[in-house]
Amino acid sequence: MKIYIRSAACISPQKTFGEDSFLSLPVEYNETRLRAIEPDYTAFIDPKLLRRMSHIIKMGVAAAKDCLNKGKINMPGAIVTGTALGCLEDTVSFLSRMIELKEELLPPTAFIQSTHNTVGAQIALMLKCHEYNNTFVHKGISFESALLDAIMLLKMNEANNILVGGSDEMTDTSFTILTRLGLYRRWPVSNLSLFSTTSKGTIGGEGSVFFLLNDKTSAGNLAELKGVQTFYKPNNNAEIEHKIITFLALHEFQIDDIDLVITGKNGDLKNDLVYSELNLSILKNSALANYKHLCGEY
Amino acid sequence: MSQEVYIAGVGAISAIGNNVAQCLSSFEKELDGIDEITYLDTIHRFKLPVAEVKLSNKELAELTGVSAETSRTTLLSLAAAGEALSDSAISGISSYRTGFVSGNTVGSMDKSEDFFIDFIADNRKGKLRNVFDHECGSVTETVANLLGIKDYMTTISTACSSAANAIVHAAHLIKSDLLDIVIAGGTDALTKFTLNGFNTLMILDKNFCMPFDDNRQGLNLGEGAGYLVLISSKVAKNLNKAVYCKLSGYNNSNDAYHQTASSPEGTGPYLAMKKALEKSGLHPKDIDYINLHGTGTPNNDIAEGIAVKRLFDPVYPPMSSTKSFTGHSLGASGAIEAVFSVLAIRHGIIYPNLRFETRIQELPFEPEKRFLTGRAVHHVMSNSFGFGGNCTSLIFSEI
Repeated sequence: MKIYIRSAACISPQKTFGEDSFLSLPVEYNETRLRAIEPDYTAFIDPKLLRRMSHIIKMGVAAAKDCLNKGKINMPGAIVTGTALGCLEDTVSFLSRMIELKEELLPPTAFIQSTHNTVGAQIALMLKCHEYNNTFVHKGISFESALLDAIMLLKMNEANNILVGGSDEMTDTSFTILTRLGLYRRWPVSNLSLFSTTSKGTIGGEGSVFFLLNDKTSAGNLAELKGVQTFYKPNNNAEIEHKIITFLALHEFQIDDIDLVITGKNGDLKNDLVYSELNLSILKNSALANYKHLCGEY
Repeated sequence: MSQEVYIAGVGAISAIGNNVAQCLSSFEKELDGIDEITYLDTIHRFKLPVAEVKLSNKELAELTGVSAETSRTTLLSLAAAGEALSDSAISGISSYRTGFVSGNTVGSMDKSEDFFIDFIADNRKGKLRNVFDHECGSVTETVANLLGIKDYMTTISTACSSAANAIVHAAHLIKSDLLDIVIAGGTDALTKFTLNGFNTLMILDKNFCMPFDDNRQGLNLGEGAGYLVLISSKVAKNLNKAVYCKLSGYNNSNDAYHQTASSPEGTGPYLAMKKALEKSGLHPKDIDYINLHGTGTPNNDIAEGIAVKRLFDPVYPPMSSTKSFTGHSLGASGAIEAVFSVLAIRHGIIYPNLRFETRIQELPFEPEKRFLTGRAVHHVMSNSFGFGGNCTSLIFSEI
C-alpha cells in the first residue's frame, strides 16, 4: 500500500498559513521566543466558540480545518494528534487559581479545556466526527507517534483520510520555566543567524501542523509518505548510522538516493553535536537543510 | 496483518491492593478502597472521600527501589508495570522487540503543584527538579528506562480512556509486526489539580459512589496503575506458561457531543462497543461480563446504560463497575479494569457492583451485586469513556 499526503496546513512563527506564499520571505525575530503568526480564526471557527478557546485549540482547529479544506475532505476517517505539553494556558490558569484561591470557588472552564486531548476532541466536535480519535503526548516524538499510529491505521484498513497533526503553545509561564531550565539562549539572538553562534540553548517556538493522509493516487497529492521511525538513546554514532541505513533499506533506498536531508539542529551546542558528526560521516555527500531557526523548538 | 495479540502478564496497583493478588482478595471480601483523604494535602480532606493507594510515596519508593522524590504517577506506574513484566515470565526478553506504551492525564502534576506554590509568589523561585518531569511523556520515559525498554515507547492522553487507547495502540504495533512485546496500560496519581477540577464540575460524590444506581450522586476519584503484557503469537509459542487470553476486539469512537458531557443517546459508547464486537467477530450474546466504565455520575451512567440497552437488549450479561471498589483512577482506569477483565476470564469470576440499591428508572437491567465464582467467562468487554468524547471498548477472549 502507498500512503499519500493529500494536503497540509501549518500555523507557525513564519508565513506558512493560508494565502501566504509558503516561507517566501523568512520572518526575523531578535528574541528567544518565537510567536505563531495568527491567522484570521473567524474564517475557520464560530466566533462564539472562539472566545472560549485557548491559543493551542485555536491553532489546532484552524490548521485542521484548513488542511481538510485543501484536501477537499469534509469528514476524516480518523483524527490523531500529538502534543508535548498540551493545553498549557488552561492548565497553568487552573493551577494558578487553585493555589491563589486556596482551592475554593474555582471556575471549571480552564480545567475542562486543560486535558491533552482537547485539540483532537474539539476538531471531532466541530465536524461531528465519531471516528477513531487519539492523542499522543510523548515529548519531542508526540507527532511522530501520531504519524506512526496513522500509518498503522491506514495499512490495516482501519481508516482512510486520516487527519494527523501536532500542536504546542508557548505561554509566558512555560517560557519563563523553560528558560530557567536552560533550554533557551540567555541573551537575544536573531533566529536567522542562530547557527552562526555556538552556545548553550536554542530558541522557543509554537505552532500547529496538520496533514491529511490517504491511500488514493490523486493529481493533487503533495507527496508519498514512505515511513517513519524513531529510536531512543542510541549507544553511539555507529548505531545511529546503522539505524538510518536500515530504515532507508526497508524502503529500498540508499543514502545517495536522498536529495535533501532536513535535520533537527536547533543551535544548542549539545543538541547539534550529533548532526555535526553525522554530517562528516554518513551524510557527508547529502544536501542538508535546517528548519528550527524558522519555527523555534517545540 | 491478521496477527493475534495475546495477554501474557498483568500488573495492577489500586486503592484495593498494591498488586494483583491483593486486588483479587479485596474483591472476594467485597472490600472497597474508598476512604477519607490520607496522603493528599488539600482542603477537601474529610469532605470528599477518595480511593488512594494505601502507600505513601516513601513506601512506594521502597517497593520500587527508586527515590522518594519521584512523582507518585511514576512510582505507581513502575510498581504495576514491573509486576506485569515479571508476571509474564518471558525469558530472553532482550532478544525480542519490546515496547512500552503508557497513558496518563496529568503527568507529574503532583510535583508541579509543589513547584507552582513557590513560583507564583516569585517567578525566580520553585525547585526546578519538581517541574522537570511535568510532561506526561517524562513519566513513561522514566519507567521505560528503569524497565530497560528502549525499542519503542510512547504516551497517550485521552482523558479517562488513556490507558485503554494505550492498549489499542500496542495491539496495532504487534499486528503491524513492528514489535513482539508491548507493556501497555496507564497510570495516574491523585492530585489537587484533578480533585479540584472534578469538584468544580460538581460531579464528585460526597459519599461513597453508587455506580449505576438511580440515586447516584457522582464519582469518587481514585489513583493507581495497571499494565498488560501484550505479545505476538511468535512470542506466545516460546512462552513457558499459558497466556491469559487474547485481545479479540477493540474500538475507539468519539461521542462528538460535548467536551465533558456524554450524549443522551450514548452515541460514542454505543459505537465503541458495537464496533469492538464487530472486530472480534462476536455477537452481544457471546459477552459473559461487561466491566462498565460506570463512574457513578448521573450523566455517564445513563449514557452508558442507554448504549448498553441499544446493543444488548433484551438479553443482558452480568455487568458491574469496579469503580465502586477502586474509585475512578482516570488515565489508569482503562488498564486497571483491563487487568480485572483478564482475571475474570482466568479465574471464572464476576465482580460485584458495591452499594447498588435501586435500578435506574430508564434502564431494564441492573448490575451484579455479588462476587460470583465458578462461572464460565469466555469473553469480557471493558469500557472506558473520557472527556473530549473519547470512547474505547476492549474485548478479551479466552483461547
